[in-house]
Amino acid sequence: MFKLIQDTLISQVVTLWNVFRHLFVKADTVEYPDQQPYMFPRWRGRIILSRDPDGEERCVACNLCAVACPVDCIALQKAETDDGRWYPEFFRINFSRCIMCGFCEEACPTHAIQLTPDFEMAEYKRQDMVWEKEDLLISGTGKYHDYNFYRVAGLAIAGKDKGEALNEDKPVDVRSLLP
Amino acid sequence: MAKIIVDGVEYEVDSDNNLLQECLSHGLDLPYFCWHPCMGSVGACRQCAVKQYKDADDEKGMLVMSCMTPATDGAIISIKDQQAVQMRERVIESLMTNHPHDCPVCEEGGECHLQDMTLMSGHNYRRYDKKKRTHRNQYLGPFISHEMNRCIACYRCVRYYDDYAGGTDLAAMASHNHVYFGRHQEGTLESEFSGNLVEVCPTGVFTDKVFSQRYSRKWDLQAAPSVCTGCAVGCNTTPGERYGELRRVVNRYNSEVNGYFLCDRGRFGFGYVNSAERLKVPVRQGDGQQEELDANEAHQLVQRLDGKIIGIGSPRASNESNFALRNLVGDDNFYAGVSAKQHAANQLILELHRDAAFHVPSVREIESCDAVLVLGEDVTNVAPRIALALRQSVRNKAKELAESANIPQWQDAAVRELAQEDRSPLAIFSNYASRLDDVASDTVVAGNQKLVKLGSAIAAELAGESASAGLDEAERELIGRVAQQLSSARRPLIVAGSSARSMELIKVGANIARALGKRSGNVIDFALLLPEVNSLGLSLLVQKDKDLSAALGVMESGAAKHCIVLENDLYRRAATSEVDAAIAGVDSLIVIDQLATPTSAKADIVLPATAFSEHEATYVNYEGRAQLSYQVHRNHSAARPAWRWLCENPAQQVEELVDRCAESVSAFKGIASLLPDLNSMIAGMRVPRQSHRYSGRTAMKAHVNVHEPKQAVDSDSVMSFSMEGIPASKDATVLGASWAPGWNSNQSISKFQDEINGKLKQEHCGELLLKDKQASGDFFNVTADQSDANNGLEVLPAYQIFGSDELSAHAPAIRERMTDAYLSLSPQDAEQLGLKHGQGAGIAGTDYVAIVCIREKIQPGTVAVYCGTEINPHDLPERIVLNANADIAERGIRGLIVSDLLEESY
Repeated sequence: MFKLIQDTLISQVVTLWNVFRHLFVKADTVEYPDQQPYMFPRWRGRIILSRDPDGEERCVACNLCAVACPVDCIALQKAETDDGRWYPEFFRINFSRCIMCGFCEEACPTHAIQLTPDFEMAEYKRQDMVWEKEDLLISGTGKYHDYNFYRVAGLAIAGKDKGEALNEDKPVDVRSLLP
Repeated sequence: MAKIIVDGVEYEVDSDNNLLQECLSHGLDLPYFCWHPCMGSVGACRQCAVKQYKDADDEKGMLVMSCMTPATDGAIISIKDQQAVQMRERVIESLMTNHPHDCPVCEEGGECHLQDMTLMSGHNYRRYDKKKRTHRNQYLGPFISHEMNRCIACYRCVRYYDDYAGGTDLAAMASHNHVYFGRHQEGTLESEFSGNLVEVCPTGVFTDKVFSQRYSRKWDLQAAPSVCTGCAVGCNTTPGERYGELRRVVNRYNSEVNGYFLCDRGRFGFGYVNSAERLKVPVRQGDGQQEELDANEAHQLVQRLDGKIIGIGSPRASNESNFALRNLVGDDNFYAGVSAKQHAANQLILELHRDAAFHVPSVREIESCDAVLVLGEDVTNVAPRIALALRQSVRNKAKELAESANIPQWQDAAVRELAQEDRSPLAIFSNYASRLDDVASDTVVAGNQKLVKLGSAIAAELAGESASAGLDEAERELIGRVAQQLSSARRPLIVAGSSARSMELIKVGANIARALGKRSGNVIDFALLLPEVNSLGLSLLVQKDKDLSAALGVMESGAAKHCIVLENDLYRRAATSEVDAAIAGVDSLIVIDQLATPTSAKADIVLPATAFSEHEATYVNYEGRAQLSYQVHRNHSAARPAWRWLCENPAQQVEELVDRCAESVSAFKGIASLLPDLNSMIAGMRVPRQSHRYSGRTAMKAHVNVHEPKQAVDSDSVMSFSMEGIPASKDATVLGASWAPGWNSNQSISKFQDEINGKLKQEHCGELLLKDKQASGDFFNVTADQSDANNGLEVLPAYQIFGSDELSAHAPAIRERMTDAYLSLSPQDAEQLGLKHGQGAGIAGTDYVAIVCIREKIQPGTVAVYCGTEINPHDLPERIVLNANADIAERGIRGLIVSDLLEESY
């Protein structure tokens, strides 16, 4: 009998007391949307495609984000410019499937795909949750300002010939026998 | 059986092999680069180091290269030994010092042997902070991309290209760490087997250019086991599809047929499948009008044809389609869609197939023959993969020498060094110089009459008769030599076929083989080459006298009301005037095809058919091997497999059709065994066409509708159009793209083999349909056609690997390598006619114009005509007269690669 009182009655009284006490505590919630919450830069929200410091598309259509995606909501197709630069012909994210896990960003070897602190992605129509490259591509570098994949890679593109990448020697003269 | 101990576990091994091969055979993971199952060991990369111990008491051991160490009985080795592990890691670290940061933009990424081995060795951080050496790339033609920075100098490419495939234009150049693998100057790689570089190169130096244009990672390709439809060899392939497009074709290992290699026609000739010119809807046409038909309506139309219908089958259509047409029109009204001459040759070849004195060898068996006589065939251009096998057959001499010198066969460099230029005999009797001449012991280039005469002389010589009548001394000597080589060989092989368009040559080949057999008492290997993927299958379904001429006769006479042409362009099979007259004689012409042809242009109803990768079907190759090709992807237009148009039930399943075919045609008795039964699969689950890493599933169609469609169900086969099911890693009965944990590249195939170079686990190599032999026949009575007509030149058919096959000639990549029609003339004839190399020449009596190509080795009085897509070979008389004609604007034969061009400068 005593145990029953202890378990129910006392606990209810304590609960009531706690509720009452919170009348005088500072609120954790904010008046969204009138008041915007602070979002941390590494928050995993809306996905964007960024550009390199030269303003070119960073994405090289390597397909690693797509394969890393646990819900398979990224689809893209590789294409190539005349000078040999790889880029996605189309790049589609189905945000109605996306779980904002950030694996795509982790997999990306060029810092092209990044998650941003934007979370306001609700739509009235599900079809509008499908974003194409035009919707995803921003004009800046996103979180990583200096990285330019093609300056590191061995592939020659316009403005960067063989041997001009970081840490590369001039191309070998095959006809020379000198060491 | 020898026994070795690897890391404390005992394994039974074949002591003729090396340690690396045996470790891989037993499923152990041991990294390697330069070793290749088909090319043996050279010990160049130092990657496969293991620790070997002298005996059980030896605790120190020593590092050895497992690929260079024989698997001797009692050997004790350790793969896991710390020192060996460290050595392998350091080796790969040094290989990687110059490797560029390219993986995301490299076509090899995701199926890269270097990536796999780096991971396996545990190297993950580049400590070397000095500069990377770089190279300039070369243009290597429309098939292969070159990216030399990625090279790790394993030498596999030159060992394959030069040593294995006999190429001459790829070499290792420069020295030390500057070593460069490329051509002496930029230009198209000449070998017909250059595409294999893509698979041989362990990294991304040589990549598939055609694939790169519409690239997808390996894991994203929907793939299924398929069979190449480029020629009658029936190589096994794995086509890959993404976003509704066929993206590439790679080799699929079949221990009996193609092994590890394909030809470039097979690898790059698939492009027509994606062509915008593909037929997409059923059409009723006439009087310049075209009316689209509803698919069901069109199907009903075919089923409800009244009056007499005749059907013309096709050697490029599957057994099922031909069989369905035969069922629809009746056995008596079903005709082979090949010329009378070809049909007769096919029937003769069938007869020889069944002859107990002969055995038609598989490609693998051809490689083991040690004396070969090629009679009238341009093997490289007609059955390319066999040419590669013949090139290996001449190495049997080297193997023999190595055996007697006690050198193991896998010691590749040593075996080659020992043999030098010593080769097994390969005599080539052909109409024009072939691409195998460089390894031939004897070559004769002559017209068919001469070849028949020489061949008959060999047969007579072998039969012990005197055969010297009408031969000069050099010829007598040659005949004696070839006869001697064939009779003293352990396993002689005669190669003949229909491509020289001479029945006599096939008969002569049979006589030689028979004489050899009578002499030795053995069954003689007799490879009979046919032109198209299902030439033999079609011949098995057609009555003996039902060739195309007969069909055209029936049509012209008005006896047939309707004619259904199955996947066939009659203007390639018979003279234009005959076909025109025949088409005019029928009420309606119904053509089922993948692409529009001159025949379909004249049809009243055109029905679109699916291409090889879009349906499941069986084909019979040159040796009577029926093979099953699975559907890879779906065709989203109204195209149907031809048999669905022809069978009463529009949802006709292929399995049922195959069963019916096996029941009603005795030759096809065994074909039903090709179809795996769903109940025999693990837990009755299907085999997925998509890899377990297939990406984009929920986004690829989201732009059309965010609500994803249900996965398509394949009612035809044991495969599923999704990732669902049991992948082939558990049971390789249906093995498309191979993959094993840690092995993403095609080298993973070793995980599916019983032993290296052996059969695949649960492999079905195809069903040999013609293994029931009949009593051996008698010698043919061959009379060389002695028409002494002096007007004009004897026409000999010439072939090109790129262009002679009808469908692959529509592939954009193949088109870049195609030449226009040309006339190969001897210098004497050209001079007499006043024709110059590269000039146009008109063929008298026709409107045809072709380019003159002067070749040193053409026999005067003959002209080898390559018809290309411009000339209907059946319009040409047996002898032609040429006259100069300048009207060849925009035509050229620049891509032509032959050894005896007189004027290189053209």
